[in-house]
Amino acid sequence: MQRYSGFGLVKHALSHHENWERQWRNPTAKKQYEVIIVGGGGHGLATAYYLAKEFGVKNVAVIEKGWLGGGNTARNTTIVRSNYLWDEAAALYEHAMKLWEGLSQDINYNVMFSQRGVLNLGHTLQDMRDIQRRVNANRLSGIDGEVLDAEAVQELVPILDCSRNTRYPVLGASWQPRAGVARHDAVAWGYARGADAHGVDILQQTEVTGFKIRDGQIYGVHTTRGDIEAKTVGCVAAGHSGVLANMAGFNLPLESHPLQALVSEPIKPILDTVVMSNHVHGYVSQSDKGDLVIGAGIDGYNGYGQRGSYPTVEHTLQAILEMFPIFSRVRMNRQWGGIVDTCPDACPIISKTPVKGLYFNCGWGTGGFKATPGSGHVFAASLAKGEMHPIAEPFSMFRFHSGALIDEHGAAGVAH
Amino acid sequence: MFYIYCPYCGEHREEEEFRPKGQAHIERPAEPEACSDEEWGNYLFFRNNPRGVHHEMWVHAVGCRKFFNVTRHTVSYEILETYKMGEQPSITADSQSLPREVAAVSHQEGVWA
Repeated sequence: MQRYSGFGLVKHALSHHENWERQWRNPTAKKQYEVIIVGGGGHGLATAYYLAKEFGVKNVAVIEKGWLGGGNTARNTTIVRSNYLWDEAAALYEHAMKLWEGLSQDINYNVMFSQRGVLNLGHTLQDMRDIQRRVNANRLSGIDGEVLDAEAVQELVPILDCSRNTRYPVLGASWQPRAGVARHDAVAWGYARGADAHGVDILQQTEVTGFKIRDGQIYGVHTTRGDIEAKTVGCVAAGHSGVLANMAGFNLPLESHPLQALVSEPIKPILDTVVMSNHVHGYVSQSDKGDLVIGAGIDGYNGYGQRGSYPTVEHTLQAILEMFPIFSRVRMNRQWGGIVDTCPDACPIISKTPVKGLYFNCGWGTGGFKATPGSGHVFAASLAKGEMHPIAEPFSMFRFHSGALIDEHGAAGVAH
Repeated sequence: MFYIYCPYCGEHREEEEFRPKGQAHIERPAEPEACSDEEWGNYLFFRNNPRGVHHEMWVHAVGCRKFFNVTRHTVSYEILETYKMGEQPSITADSQSLPREVAAVSHQEGVWA
């Protein structure tokens, strides 16, 4: 693999940037692999990367039915934070946060991770009590966080309407300074390039159409390009996880919903942090290019169409304008939907399944992007050892029968 | 934007008057105490999540405030029928009456799955 550096940039400038090596190969599938990852989004590619780099499993294939990072990796609002309430979830997201902090160096790919801080606004007394509880819980588990009053919030974000004249006045916020945003596409590409350099085969335009299961043990997958064998298969297919699970003969407690986001036309720098509000329900940040990146709630109905309803967009923008009247004349540029697999407790499933050798990493719902490195890392560890990583252990799919749910609806930021 | 026919009001109304309320035709176990953990967990948390024809409940929240059932395609989003509570759907995943249009949309390029 050609390493990227400032020197390389200058060198390639001399040849008009025409001789850059391709970032990853386009190999033909082998008959057999040690591990197959189904799904070439951020989480799947991260899993393959850590499998090859850290856990010494190099005979790995990533099977993707479309193109790399073309699903929710390309469709999220790029927010990264770890201020979750419960110990189990906080440990998982904080594991990811620590990996984010060294990610660009680790994979030699600039993911433009910008720790510009995330504000979660409180608009009611109950909001503020929940925020205090969550920040206290975070600090006990070593995650940075502060409770700010309205004045401090106003100082951080001068354009936010913190007056008492609004319908839902801002009373304060939780503030996680280490949180921020990262460039989503670069995360997928960086992990793909890193995984490929360690020998992982990335097979695009290949759709898994079924699983080969004998005596309750998986031994391969059927794809649109022929059968491929492996004794360990990890499915990381986001919105389509439920469809895959049904192919393998069991159900997952997931429902797929459209989650919409939108960006404005690029404007001059005006917002240097991420502002989220559960109560009026919208979140916004400004990308390096200058466009406002906006998101809010899912469409309430089930759907696989990667688009949602107009009223949801309208409600999102109403919430944004409630907070930022200054944006009232900004025009929106693009709008899209991704398919998120929501879990009843707003926490993911990282789990063994009733089929031996078949693992699932899914149910991230509306908040998967922030966890990409951590999710990939613990899932890789679990696949390599055949035993769930301690951080992944509580996220078993069997918790919906045992009752040990991890209710993160409060911290998930997006109402399910 | 959906334009939904409320079987109680007998009118098409805009989506914003309604709220989706999840899978239809779920039966509460007759004897909850007799359920195994698995049966009870399945009842509480496991839902059909098909890529295709889905039967779901909606409520006419700012209209007659009644719940009713909708058969809808989850890829094309087309509403195939609405019917009152207690009635059975006339269109199912197996039925042949699925309009050709729906099949066309669900296979069109750019619409995954």
